[in-house]
Amino acid sequence: MVSLREVCGIIIFRWVPLIVLLCVSARAVDRSNFKTCEQSAFCKRQRELKPGRSPYRALLDTLELSDSRITLQLINDNNKVRLLLELYRLQGNMTRVKINELKPLKPRYEVPDVLISDPITETLSVVSQDENSLVLSLGGKDQRLIVSAQPFRLDIVEGPQVLVSLNSRGLLAFEHLRARKDTSISHKISSTVGSMWDSLKKEEDKPGMWEETFKSHTDSKPNGPSSISLDFSLPGVEHVYGIPEHADTLKLKNTDGSDPYRLYNLDVFQYELHNPMALYGAVPVLISHSTDRTMGIFWLNAAETWVDISSNTAGKMMFGKILDFVQVSSEAPQTDVRWISESGIIDVFIMLGPKPADVFTQYASLTGTQSFPPLTALAYHQCRWNYNDQEDVKSVDQGFDEHDIPYDFIWLDIEHADGKRYFTWDPSKFPQPKEMLQGLMDKRRKLVAIVDPHIRVDNGYKIHNEILSKNFYVKNKDGGDYEGWCWPGNSGYPDFTNPEMRAWWASKFAYEQYEGSMENQYVWNDMNEPSVFNGPEVTMHKDALHGGWEHRDVHNLYGLYVQKATADGLVERSGGVERPFVLTRAFFAGSQRYGAVWTGDNAAEWGHLKISIPMCLSLGLAGISFCGADVGGFFKHPSAELLVRWYQAGAYQPFFRAHAHIDTPRREPWLFGPENTALIREAIRQRYALLPYWYQLFYNAHRTGYPVVRPLWVEYPNDVATFSIEDEYLIGKDLLVHPVTDEGATAVTAYLPGKGEVWYDVHTFQKHDGEQSLYIPVTMSSIPVFQRGGSIICRKDRVRRSSSCMENDPYTLYAALNSQGSAEGELYIDDFHTFNFEKAKQFVHRHLSFSANTLSSRNLAPDSQFSTASWIEKIVIIGGSQPSSATLKNAESALEFEFDSTLAVLTLRKPGVNAAADWTVILR
Amino acid sequence: ILLIFLGTPVEIQRPRGVPLTKKQFYVENKPFTCLDGSRTISFDRVNDDYCDCKDGSDEPGTAACPNGSFHCTNAGYRPMFIPSSRINDGICDCCDTTDEYNSGAKCENTCKELGRKEREVLQKMAEITKEGFLLKQHLIEEAKKGQQEKQSKVTDMQGNKKQLDEKVEVLRTVKETAEQPEKEAKERHLKAWEAIRLEKDKAKMAEAFLELDDNADGFVSVSELQSHAELDADADGTLTETEAQGLMGGAEQVDTSTFESVWPNIKDKYHSEVSREEADMSCLVSSEVPFGQKVFFLEKTVVKLCVLLIFFKAININIEKELSFDFGPDAEFTYLYSQCYELTTGEYIYRLCPFNRVSQKPKYGGSETNLGTWGSWSGPENNKYLLMKYDHGTGCWQGPNRSTTVKLTCGKETVVTSTSEPSRCEYLIEFTTPAVCQEPANTDLSPHDHEEL
Repeated sequence: MVSLREVCGIIIFRWVPLIVLLCVSARAVDRSNFKTCEQSAFCKRQRELKPGRSPYRALLDTLELSDSRITLQLINDNNKVRLLLELYRLQGNMTRVKINELKPLKPRYEVPDVLISDPITETLSVVSQDENSLVLSLGGKDQRLIVSAQPFRLDIVEGPQVLVSLNSRGLLAFEHLRARKDTSISHKISSTVGSMWDSLKKEEDKPGMWEETFKSHTDSKPNGPSSISLDFSLPGVEHVYGIPEHADTLKLKNTDGSDPYRLYNLDVFQYELHNPMALYGAVPVLISHSTDRTMGIFWLNAAETWVDISSNTAGKMMFGKILDFVQVSSEAPQTDVRWISESGIIDVFIMLGPKPADVFTQYASLTGTQSFPPLTALAYHQCRWNYNDQEDVKSVDQGFDEHDIPYDFIWLDIEHADGKRYFTWDPSKFPQPKEMLQGLMDKRRKLVAIVDPHIRVDNGYKIHNEILSKNFYVKNKDGGDYEGWCWPGNSGYPDFTNPEMRAWWASKFAYEQYEGSMENQYVWNDMNEPSVFNGPEVTMHKDALHGGWEHRDVHNLYGLYVQKATADGLVERSGGVERPFVLTRAFFAGSQRYGAVWTGDNAAEWGHLKISIPMCLSLGLAGISFCGADVGGFFKHPSAELLVRWYQAGAYQPFFRAHAHIDTPRREPWLFGPENTALIREAIRQRYALLPYWYQLFYNAHRTGYPVVRPLWVEYPNDVATFSIEDEYLIGKDLLVHPVTDEGATAVTAYLPGKGEVWYDVHTFQKHDGEQSLYIPVTMSSIPVFQRGGSIICRKDRVRRSSSCMENDPYTLYAALNSQGSAEGELYIDDFHTFNFEKAKQFVHRHLSFSANTLSSRNLAPDSQFSTASWIEKIVIIGGSQPSSATLKNAESALEFEFDSTLAVLTLRKPGVNAAADWTVILR
Repeated sequence: ILLIFLGTPVEIQRPRGVPLTKKQFYVENKPFTCLDGSRTISFDRVNDDYCDCKDGSDEPGTAACPNGSFHCTNAGYRPMFIPSSRINDGICDCCDTTDEYNSGAKCENTCKELGRKEREVLQKMAEITKEGFLLKQHLIEEAKKGQQEKQSKVTDMQGNKKQLDEKVEVLRTVKETAEQPEKEAKERHLKAWEAIRLEKDKAKMAEAFLELDDNADGFVSVSELQSHAELDADADGTLTETEAQGLMGGAEQVDTSTFESVWPNIKDKYHSEVSREEADMSCLVSSEVPFGQKVFFLEKTVVKLCVLLIFFKAININIEKELSFDFGPDAEFTYLYSQCYELTTGEYIYRLCPFNRVSQKPKYGGSETNLGTWGSWSGPENNKYLLMKYDHGTGCWQGPNRSTTVKLTCGKETVVTSTSEPSRCEYLIEFTTPAVCQEPANTDLSPHDHEEL
């Protein structure tokens, strides 16, 4: 909800011309506000280094082996600086490689709080060793980790296959910390101790090592150069994914000849599509996939990071010991990946798969799984910058009822607070917040109010005064409180990396602290990149200080901490009972544990609607399932057609929220004529009917780390045709969605995967074979969605005005049969909002299966307990044959049924059994 | 309707959620045919919490059908239909609580209270409407009178103008015949000619003043000047307040005499509506410098008559402009013309001048913003006089031009009751006036109890 443009508005009106020059930019992103690799000194230095023989050598005689790890030293033969290499074999088929300076001048930053615990290690044993290599067993199917000493490289092989090679292109580069050289002294040295000059020469200062200026901002760099880089080669791989957030294709592009993908959380005004520029969040996780294997690389570093991707041919870089092990076809494709970060250490997790699901499990074992949101958060959200006042909130709420459109949440943006002082209410617009919240509660609805991390510097503001007195603000390089411009004007930025500060922040959400708040009020953290309007690249100066660490080290982590502290606050205010819901714009690896993210300030353009799919799929691959884009587009005014199509697409994305910029005309769903109102109503209703399925998927995502929405290749890893598809996707594994994202579309072509599989149109029950491209004529009401033959999906077809109103409603089971005439699915039920499912095992988890004409419900969690009022009202079996009788075995009672012979749809009338019960229906 | 009242309302036996008007279709223990005729089911499947009929008619009292509706009697208030999805959803929708019979929601019967309140409101409304309607009759009468006066004025003036026109023509002919090319005389009279030119300029100036003085208060104000965007100095399309004030030598407003000092600043750019609309300054236009005493004298006379003509025209145009407005079917909105109404809110003073413009001025100083000039009536087709649209106001930063919708409701007083900005740069003003009061219908305000049970 932000942008430099608005900033400018405010600056022009309030603070006179001082900064006006900053903001002349108009409609599209002003690229010149953001660095290219060339303009980022360390990226430029690193990228100038070309593949070749690595100057690093492993000193095998320094090998130390313990149960959990081995260490050995590396030396750079150019400058004799030694590094310490640590290798770990981690439980679940992962290898961790850490490289730090053996004796750094001062400690280098190691990212805390992202891993959920110390990963469990397994024994690494030495299989063989000679003068130039070390072979370690990774267990499993003859998996080996081969350390080659000179030049240093690592190869992970399985049998005769190289899975991944590190430093095989010699791009390991570790800028060791150094004292700043006085140029006069170095001059003296060079004239007196001539012989040392050669090695010292390598240490020659390059521009930007000790100071860097971008636009009007100077980065003082008191610690000098500290960047790191390492290359990875993936033989046999042509498809790599992940490293969100970029407004780009799902399959990552080759970056030869363009900038690398950049990971640096930034508030980008009116971002452009299809380029590698950094956006609001960063997850340094890359997934590789081929028909043979799926793997992942998790580069645990929170500093500014660039990732180069290039295509290569395998075999070019194979030599030495490695050739004893492997067969290499020089024709085989290969993808090379190179990571470059500005500071910190190399700490990389290689997730060896081999299947997509294994990689998700592996990554989840490191950084945790998606938080399990309260059901209501999966429903529809109505947002706008801004709902003006209490009266406005009330009338929008009424509007939904008048037009019989369900919604769960109404949102308040920055204007609700008193002078952008978060945790307060504008006294004239929101004089009685509790009255407003109670009004919503009476309708079983909720509200989100924004709380941003920039704090108005104002000694009449309690929050500011407390932060000041507790010394919780981030400091500038000189030790004073860091100040920058944001919505409230001059603002301070609390140091969220400080656990004490986070605890204090969390306590501010207590009902008695946050005046006017109530239990149906949730929170939205925006601008937490952090956004600093007058800072370099609209963010914080890298030489600002978080305790002993520079902002440079922690930048990409800041947003995660803001959301974590906020989510903690929501949990605490309920005494640990209620699940929180917090939306964030900035994120990092691990952010999935704290709530939802959205794709920031998009625009009402068809391209933005289209890109929302790969953007959220990429996030899902990197662990963050709870993703959505502003429905309708944030900037600009959508046509009715675009708005309708966006609702239809958004209804099938995990986080479903409409949002709009303050300068756009109002766009509540009923403002575009009765026809469009009806289309939007229908799209939202489809979402509500499917909430049980979404909820069950989120429960499973929470347990396993599997993404809720998935690219097709995740479920069809051997079907090459799926590898680049990004205009359709799977929800779970059973629903395939191909939203209409083209203006004036009269048809879409959907690829239905799976040889021998069948798919059913969920609206018409029409059956289609798998492994085909299906031409689907569409009208304005079409949302092409298909259910996989072989699945059972539970829906609540009684759609009401909010999800809470539907909690006790009965389920309808949709069993779509595969070609063997069977199907299976799950049903998950709990209280929909507390942690009791976890703490007290209060939930229902059923396995539903249909085979040999018998449909039954079996308990998947016998040690759990929960009673639900919900029952099974209807069973729809699609793709079967007409039985002569249907019997509910429990009651030995005959069920009435109807059979539509043209579509082969059998409808069993009112089984009436409780949804938590064991039951069986037999068809004869 | 004849119903027997037994003190307390008695539930007439019919399935839950069925209105009395449809009772006949639900006959106990007889097969039920869906109201769309699509199928017939046994009566025990009515309201059995399973949807059998496509039209939802078998489940009037449960939430089973997605398209069903539930009828609540709401004795003491108004009966109503609610979507079946609101049955037992934990939210009290029917004031008689009948929609929440199995949800655990604690609903109280509020029908009596609601009925009482509604009657009070209706009563009040009726009083207002009644008085308002009376006032409206006065307004209509006055408007009619005024209109007649103005009409006759126009007719008079048209007569006068015609006479003048004729005189000018005669004189012009005389002059033209008298004109002989005498070169030396030309030089001599150049100086005198200058005086005539000044007089012509004065005539134009007077005309401009009349035209600019929109509210005819004898002063030209900054905002009045702002309506002439062609005077914009920096050519950015809008004449800001500061720019306008600059043109007026720093004054907030000028009268006829001080306007003389303003005129030189604006005369080159000023577009007269008269000249634009009628292009009839012809009597002032003579291409040649006249010479010869007689000719000169004649020219002077012509110019004087011309000035008179222009004054007539200007007044006439104002009146004609007024007469051209749509002041409602009975001219009941005439009285709003050339009036302004203000409302002061927390931050701003809003000013509505009907048929002219809407503006907003910060309470504590700052420039006035034009929220739109009179556009048209824009109410719904059945009564377009319920909404006024003002548009083409000051442009929004990177957005559209400001516009205002004025919503008129019946009231005894003419007053702005509220202002808001529902969407950026789109304002809404609520305005009460007797002019929209409808003739009170002979409504019976007794309780609804007897309407239906």
